[in-house]
Amino acid sequence: MKEQQEKPRIDLGNLKAGGFIKERGKDLFTVRLRVPGGRMAVPRLKKIAEVAEKYGGEFVHLSVRQSIELININFRHFDAVVQELGEAEQQVASCGARVRVPVACGGCEYNPNGLVDTQKSALEVDQRLFGAPTGHHKFKVAFAGCPFDCPKSSTNDVGFQGALLPKLDKGACISCGLCAKNCTPGAITMGEDRKPLLATDPCIWCGDCVKVCPTGAWEAKQTGYNVRIGGKWGRNPLVGTLFATFLPEEQVVAFITGVLAWYKEKAEGQGRIRLGDIIIQEGPALLLNHLRQQFPHSVVAATVPPQVIDTQVGVRGVQPWQP
Amino acid sequence: MATIDLRGVSCPTNFVKAKLALEELEPGDRLELLLDDGEAVKNVPRSLKGDGHKLLGLQKTAEGDYLLTVEKGEE
Ligand code: HEM
Ligand code: SF4
Ligand code: SF4
Ligand code: SF4
Repeated sequence: MKEQQEKPRIDLGNLKAGGFIKERGKDLFTVRLRVPGGRMAVPRLKKIAEVAEKYGGEFVHLSVRQSIELININFRHFDAVVQELGEAEQQVASCGARVRVPVACGGCEYNPNGLVDTQKSALEVDQRLFGAPTGHHKFKVAFAGCPFDCPKSSTNDVGFQGALLPKLDKGACISCGLCAKNCTPGAITMGEDRKPLLATDPCIWCGDCVKVCPTGAWEAKQTGYNVRIGGKWGRNPLVGTLFATFLPEEQVVAFITGVLAWYKEKAEGQGRIRLGDIIIQEGPALLLNHLRQQFPHSVVAATVPPQVIDTQVGVRGVQPWQP
Repeated sequence: MATIDLRGVSCPTNFVKAKLALEELEPGDRLELLLDDGEAVKNVPRSLKGDGHKLLGLQKTAEGDYLLTVEKGEE
């Protein structure tokens, strides 16, 4: 009877989606928390601090993908940790071959560059797709509010980047030249008539012209997400390539769902393989066609496969290092 | 119209100085700001617009700096 009591009673259901990571030390685990978009309500932060103080080590770790990780949690305390965090509606994150917690920058609410509500999108994706098994490998999503792209969206399986298509009302222009001065890629020049001329190719859809124009002569014709697919980092990095432009914000979940369905089908029988490698193998046209059926207005006419970043260039062909 | 020389003043100090100068004025009053090329001329006008002031024009000076004319907005 005594033995029975000393055996840890752990609800293994808590471990299903992952988020509990074995540490070097005996019995100790890192508990990765679910923080979509990196937004943390202050009362939740207080609760996390309380739980970390009670069960964890002397610090927490702020992870690269915006999680707070509790360090040195004894596995016997999993239930208590989950239950106490739950009092502030704080949940544990996902690991393994699943849709991970989405990353996002602050977006447009208080950041002057933001063009779209990245926080809303991240929360929606987290609510609808968090922990969904992919059948193959991890699946990462990120949201950047504008083409500055602080979250490096194209290094994710699906990366969303806020974008604005500008339109000029010539009549409202006072020929101040501020837009041409502000357009970093040099897409705007001032014409003979002292009115701006837009060259589409260099335009990166940042919206700076709209933001600076004193009269509202430049306005948004369209806003939404430019979507890059097939990115990842790690040992064999890939940069995702453009598959859709100006995807309406409300279609984000459906779009990811469409990509996941294609990934599951094409990766069938291939084990642990990332989406980007499947696109390289199958060619991007198949995925473009698949997505075009559902998103005819957003999917681009053509694209290239995810781009390999060779991180070992400087040492290739050099005499091997001798121990 | 007063001119404030913000050349050599980096972001965001140049914007804060412009803001303080505008606080001394009445809505509808105008002010000229002398700005460096680069970050300053890109950021200061946009931030002033965000604060509700009216941008009236931008001129390149003979020295290659920029002269921005602003009208103070309503409080
Ligand atoms: C990292 C070192 C540890 C710390 C900081 C720690 C801290 C705590 C705290 C604060 C509680 C009280 C929880 C509560 O009543 O709300 C607790 C309970 C408990 N601890 Fe630990 N503990 C540690 C290691 C261990 C180890 C190594 C074991 C097992 C060999 C263990 C087994 C237990 C058990 C069985 C309980 C009772 C759980 C319950 O009330 O349901 N702890 N611990
Ligand atoms: S990506 Fe754009 S909106 Fe997001 S933090 Fe960077 S600059 Fe701001
Ligand atoms: S959206 Fe950006 S890149 Fe395009 S014209 Fe406007 S300022 Fe230039
Ligand atoms: S910023 Fe606006 S008003 Fe000034 S030149 Fe450009 S379009 Fe015309």
